[in-house]
Amino acid sequence: MSILIQPDTKILVQGITGDFGGRHAKLSLDYGTHVAGGVTPGKGGQFFEHKEHKVPIFNSVHDAVAATGATVSVVFVPPPFAADAILEGVDAGLDLVVAITEGIPVRDMVRVKRAIAGRKTRLIGPNCPGVVTPGSGPQSHGGCRIGIAPGYIHKQGHVGVVSRSGTLTYEAVYQLTSKNIGQSTCVGIGGDPVNGTSHLDVIRMFNDDPDTHGIILIGEIGGNAEVEAARWIKANVRKPVAGFIAGATAPAGRRMGHAGAIVGGAEDTAAAKIAVFRECGIEVAATPSDMAHALLRAAQAKGVTLT
Amino acid sequence: MNIHEYQAKALFETFGVPVPKGVAAKAASEFDAALAQLPEGPTMVKSQIHAGGRGKGTFTDGFKGGVKFCKTKADAKEIAGRMLNNTLITLQTGPAGRKVQTVYFTVASDIKKEYYLAILLDRGTSRPVIVASTEGGVEIEKVAHETPEKIFKVFVDPAYGLADFQVRQLIAGLGFTGAEAKGAAKLIRNLYTMFWETDASMVEINPLITTPTGEALALDAKVSFDSNALYRHPEITALRDLNEEDPKEIEASKYNLSYIALDGNIACLVNGAGLAMSTMDIIKHFGGSPANFLDVGGGATKEQVVAAFKIILGDANVKGIFVNIFGGIMDCNVIATGIIEAVREVGLKLPLVVRLEGNNVTAGKATLAGSGLPIVSGDTMADAARKIVQLVA
Repeated sequence: MSILIQPDTKILVQGITGDFGGRHAKLSLDYGTHVAGGVTPGKGGQFFEHKEHKVPIFNSVHDAVAATGATVSVVFVPPPFAADAILEGVDAGLDLVVAITEGIPVRDMVRVKRAIAGRKTRLIGPNCPGVVTPGSGPQSHGGCRIGIAPGYIHKQGHVGVVSRSGTLTYEAVYQLTSKNIGQSTCVGIGGDPVNGTSHLDVIRMFNDDPDTHGIILIGEIGGNAEVEAARWIKANVRKPVAGFIAGATAPAGRRMGHAGAIVGGAEDTAAAKIAVFRECGIEVAATPSDMAHALLRAAQAKGVTLT
Repeated sequence: MNIHEYQAKALFETFGVPVPKGVAAKAASEFDAALAQLPEGPTMVKSQIHAGGRGKGTFTDGFKGGVKFCKTKADAKEIAGRMLNNTLITLQTGPAGRKVQTVYFTVASDIKKEYYLAILLDRGTSRPVIVASTEGGVEIEKVAHETPEKIFKVFVDPAYGLADFQVRQLIAGLGFTGAEAKGAAKLIRNLYTMFWETDASMVEINPLITTPTGEALALDAKVSFDSNALYRHPEITALRDLNEEDPKEIEASKYNLSYIALDGNIACLVNGAGLAMSTMDIIKHFGGSPANFLDVGGGATKEQVVAAFKIILGDANVKGIFVNIFGGIMDCNVIATGIIEAVREVGLKLPLVVRLEGNNVTAGKATLAGSGLPIVSGDTMADAARKIVQLVA
């Protein structure tokens, strides 16, 4: 099992006719993901063709949902139009909207977050690599790949990975798969200061998922989302958890690539977050190379099998 | 994006946030004309650089204070001459300091009391927060630590905007009454409008003052903007001062590279912000010292790698380079070819350790090994980091 999405989840691609959206829609189709439709206003009735696939394009998310029964969309729409695209997905009653777009103005996301409060739709991202639930085929083929992650590095299994960073997620997944440890679901929540889903939201889901036996929590400097998650883990999670925080050497007050990766005070430094991780019983990876090892150490200490 | 105090105050005036009358000058020849616009009497001279701590800063020629009170305009002109084109070192500039290319003359206001007022994003609630304090003119972090009861916060609902009752809460917290309360309430409302409409990341007034005649004025102004939103604010984009930015960072931004200079000697070139940060961290972990943060983004084209190498080599401290690429979707062999071409093009003499992982990595490593160039290959991040630290030591 998995969280958020299953291998047979039907997805829509908002912005499928753009370069970025189109390229990744193809990779998802190659991975065996059920891409049920694309959405580009003004291009309804056309098709997105790739190998044997012929994906219908719709003018609106509402049309696409009505025609395909899709429950999830992924947003590749450029920043000035991304907030609108997210709201359209929410209005159409999707279960999940995953926003990949990098560079959405913070004010737009503040408004979006307020507008979708209390709605049934969960938003993941923006500025995130997406979500992958690996499939059972060779190189995890047949899974649900939403976003821009390399599908083939995954392996179906029982470890949940949550991270703000794309490449660090791939690093963790690659280490796990190399050790023959599979993943239930890998979630990139994004590097922006205002995002739809927090570390804690994902940790709760992993904790409730009987098929997730261990968790890797990857964070970075800025904000207190990792601290909030760690304290909840201490009180509620019995599964082994390993953690890593990036940005120990980042100078204060500078944005390190991600809009949200900025040290604002003494409490959002890497050192402060790592100290809280330790205090909360999370096995800390000293370097990114140590993430899978750290989880193995945590699992061993709790007598949990990850494979 | 940050702007200067004089630019921030001009923006304040547009939005109806009162400031002491002031005029900026960029050359000594402009001093007389600038000062002519101010009344005779006490005048402040303020060095315009983006770093804080100006008042307590020292110029490289030993002249003390980047912000000075002058009894007369004649004194102000002389002091401005000492500041302009001089280099000011403050706690925030680092040892190299910052060249003062603009001075700002303002009327020296009479101060009855100092306050603190700021608006920024609260990440926890995903809402704007207004922070106010009766303790102005000092570091707000210090107030938060020592006397947290003197800080008042209201969180603004973005669906409604700043509500009147919230303004009343702030006014009551700050202890304003009568005419002062009216002026301060208007100032707070207008400042919030400015914050929201300009896509500011932060506006800070420290100190906000009241005068003996009951006026509320922004004595200082620190404003920064969300760079993601600049596309819809050409008038704010025009306020960017390239003199305040590291030339290497400006060059990097032309190639969509995210680069930040640090003071170590091992340069890094990485794809992805999280991996780039942790590459710096792992260098430190194994006893080295990172020279920069450099994220080439999701891809890593040859043009980007060449540009990145040139920028890295522009830093004289650099003694070695660590390339760390997780080529999830990009072909590692294409990346390897790009690295080799870049090394040849820039004639690299320094030790170079490359760690490639991901798609078609075996071919990529073979290409690096067969290049005849002294490129050291690392298997894992840890392995590669150890190697570059040893090579540079």
